[in-house]
Amino acid sequence: MARKVTYLAGIEGAERELTVEVHDLDADPWPLGAKLKYVGTEVPRLDGVAKVTGVAQFTQDVNLDKMAYAGEVIAPHAHAVVKSIDASAARAMPGVLAVRTSEGKRVTYAGSSVAAVCATSREVLADALAAIRVEYDVQPHAVTVEEALKDEVRVSPRRSNDTAGGRGGAMRRGNPDAALESAEVKVEAEYRTAIQTHSALEPHGSVVSIDKEGNATVWASTQATSGFAGGRLLRALELPRGRVRVITEHMGGGFGAKFGAQSWDVLCAEFAKETGRPVKYLLTRRSEHLVGGNRPDSIQKLTLGGTKDGTFTVLAGETWGTSGNGRGGAGCANFMGYTLPSVRMLQHTVSTFTARGAAFRAPRHPQGFFALEGAIDAFAAKAGLDPLAVRMKNDPHPVRQIQWKIGAERIGWKRNHRKVAGSDKGPVKRGVGCAAGRWSQAGRGNWSVDLTIDSSGHVIVMNGAQDLGTGTRTLLAICVAEELGIPPATIDVRVGDTRYPPGPGSGGSTTAPSLGPAAREAGLRAREALAALLGVEWKTDSEKVTLEDGVFKGPGGKKATFQEACGLIPDEGLRVRGTRRRNYDGYNRETAGCQFAEVAVDTETGVITVERVVAVHDAGRLVNTMASRSQVNGGVIQGISFALYEERQLDENLGDMVNPTFDTYKIMGMADCPQIDVVLTTVVSGFNSIGMMGLGEPATVPTAGAIASAVYNAIGVQVRQLPMTPARVLAALEGRQQ
Amino acid sequence: MTQGSAPAAAETRRKVHMQLLVNGEAQEVAFLPHKTLLEVLREDMQLTGTKHGCELGECGTCTVLMDGEPMLSCLVLGIECDGVEIETVEGMATGAGPHPLQTWFADLGAAQCGYCTPGFLMTAKSILERDPNPSREDLVEELSGNLCRCTGYLKIYEAIEAAAKDMREGSQ
Repeated sequence: MARKVTYLAGIEGAERELTVEVHDLDADPWPLGAKLKYVGTEVPRLDGVAKVTGVAQFTQDVNLDKMAYAGEVIAPHAHAVVKSIDASAARAMPGVLAVRTSEGKRVTYAGSSVAAVCATSREVLADALAAIRVEYDVQPHAVTVEEALKDEVRVSPRRSNDTAGGRGGAMRRGNPDAALESAEVKVEAEYRTAIQTHSALEPHGSVVSIDKEGNATVWASTQATSGFAGGRLLRALELPRGRVRVITEHMGGGFGAKFGAQSWDVLCAEFAKETGRPVKYLLTRRSEHLVGGNRPDSIQKLTLGGTKDGTFTVLAGETWGTSGNGRGGAGCANFMGYTLPSVRMLQHTVSTFTARGAAFRAPRHPQGFFALEGAIDAFAAKAGLDPLAVRMKNDPHPVRQIQWKIGAERIGWKRNHRKVAGSDKGPVKRGVGCAAGRWSQAGRGNWSVDLTIDSSGHVIVMNGAQDLGTGTRTLLAICVAEELGIPPATIDVRVGDTRYPPGPGSGGSTTAPSLGPAAREAGLRAREALAALLGVEWKTDSEKVTLEDGVFKGPGGKKATFQEACGLIPDEGLRVRGTRRRNYDGYNRETAGCQFAEVAVDTETGVITVERVVAVHDAGRLVNTMASRSQVNGGVIQGISFALYEERQLDENLGDMVNPTFDTYKIMGMADCPQIDVVLTTVVSGFNSIGMMGLGEPATVPTAGAIASAVYNAIGVQVRQLPMTPARVLAALEGRQQ
Repeated sequence: MTQGSAPAAAETRRKVHMQLLVNGEAQEVAFLPHKTLLEVLREDMQLTGTKHGCELGECGTCTVLMDGEPMLSCLVLGIECDGVEIETVEGMATGAGPHPLQTWFADLGAAQCGYCTPGFLMTAKSILERDPNPSREDLVEELSGNLCRCTGYLKIYEAIEAAAKDMREGSQ
């Protein structure tokens, strides 16, 4: 049964009344301006103490009695056939428990496994792997898009796949040919982005243990605890899913590359079964860079056209990128966010002899917005218009319209944006720029959160989803706390274990809005149950029992604290379940955000220093502003790293990665970290009872575009290739850019 | 093309027995002589608070203090640690409770996934022991060997500065 609820949603200044159909069991949605005690406040993470004392256990920290170690010999060639493998010396080593070899295997990327060993210690493992001799018949390969396009059939593992935005097919709307013809202002340019590896500090991998009854426990560094044990892993274990427990107590970063069990996890399971011992395998740093996933690169040729007053009429483009030896995945979100009446976009995913790309925080977006925002800057310059004004003129999002103004004020746009780009005197030139971001995630799935309370008042909240560090534990506690009127820190939250109700995989900024409403409902059900107990005790109708400021009240001045109410819970305990149901009709499908950057560019050395970033973001109603701020900081930091430093470099002759270490593959460090001014705009999204949206991805979408825009303002020429290394900046200044 | 090199039988090597001074306690440990301090701590002493990130001396997650100096434990052999005072994150809290750095890291949200956190804490502890009032520039310099992929940098500065202030005021 459903009921209709009318309430105020959106953002202050652009609010709107929504009438939604709400399931009878759902809580009433909190309207804009609702007075909430814990939701929307700064709450330190519940597992903070565990993380600062070394108690927090990551997969890498799991050490079991009699545990064996697995590892692999990886191919140094992009394309080769394994002619022979001599593993006799390895097999003969004391301590070697099992050896696998793949004679005859066709290797299609450097880093591919050709042999595997299971040994009693890491030392024996290292010795055994080093003792395996592999002979390869090296084949021709192409590891870059440009090489692959030269002679695709001969050197690519698969034919290329045309995609628009990763969804397949070309994209066309309006009348692009006529619009290009009639455009009063038209700019055309090519933008490039490099391959970025996820570089999580904890590698991929797992520990697999099979007990005497034949049940398996898998500790995995995963973003999808509940979905981790899929077909290949279960087949390797020869067990039904219900007899495989997966645990992810804490995990050291994923960013999109750690979902279901991968080949190395399956290998662990096979060795565990074969040797009868627990087996551990976490990838080496080199393998992390080679095969642990990456953001595909891009070559984006864009033409943006419009009228002299700065209104866009058309975007046309073609893009190429490689997502390794698979098909699809190298699309670019370079036609989104702004009003573009006519679009013609053809996107190619080019297959190469490299390991597959993976979802990476806001797939398609940072690269797409870097190019689109670059085209917008060029368009504004050609039209002689302020680039911020042009953006606002073509931006249909009511929230982003407010955000542009906030960001412009904070960065001091009027004062700091150079009217004439590159006009600063002296070799170090400053400028400011801006870019938009978007995402769309209001949560999904009918996930459940279980809650128990005993007569001592101990509240346990359970869901199987993992906390990647984004603060899922704390978020669940806050949503329950709001309904029960007790501080979040007093709630015991248990996550990352398949013994609890299944939870979503953490991809696409889904976890918070997918679980928050279920947690709120669990809290509500518990409150109702306590009210019912008090109703019996006070001999009154439980509906007359209310909870105000953490105190239950009944007719005739009856009062009970939460603790006193819990005293009525019988020995069996109180157990309730909150379930998330379908999304309502919301305020706006798109999550809005924009960022502004201020940079200094040394035109003699080519070094870019990002001095300040203003990041203005919406994620629906924010539950924990401390965690939200962290997410935005992290998104900006990864965005700067993408813009200025990160680039997987492959040797075209050997096909191997030249820089598979943190020494040579640079991720942003402390010395490069600018001041980051995070502004969170609360928007009641309307899609669920809390009004939440996801925030992980949107925070990193605009950063590279905003920095490139600021660099353009500082030096007067666009650097159209990421990362914007000193050499590329100098080349752009000298007019040598591709 | 051939890959591989001559074998060596690690299983048959003999363990060394040593006394290691870890977190103020002398402990007898038996371990293989080629093991790094990181491996000895994590595998032979069950002190997994010190994290394993790259094993190449590049990420800083394995930082411990050796006689008060931050060292990358993946680049030090266990057998080099005779007579050395080793401190790990497990030893930071004193009897009275958590170290101010731990308190502020937790309260200000300086740990996100938390994997780099022990390394940052150890480096920060050594900084504050030498200089109770470090400038931002000093912190940048000293913490540049520790990488964080999630969020940390700004909140890490703030947490260290807040802890330093607490410690200065506490020692007056």
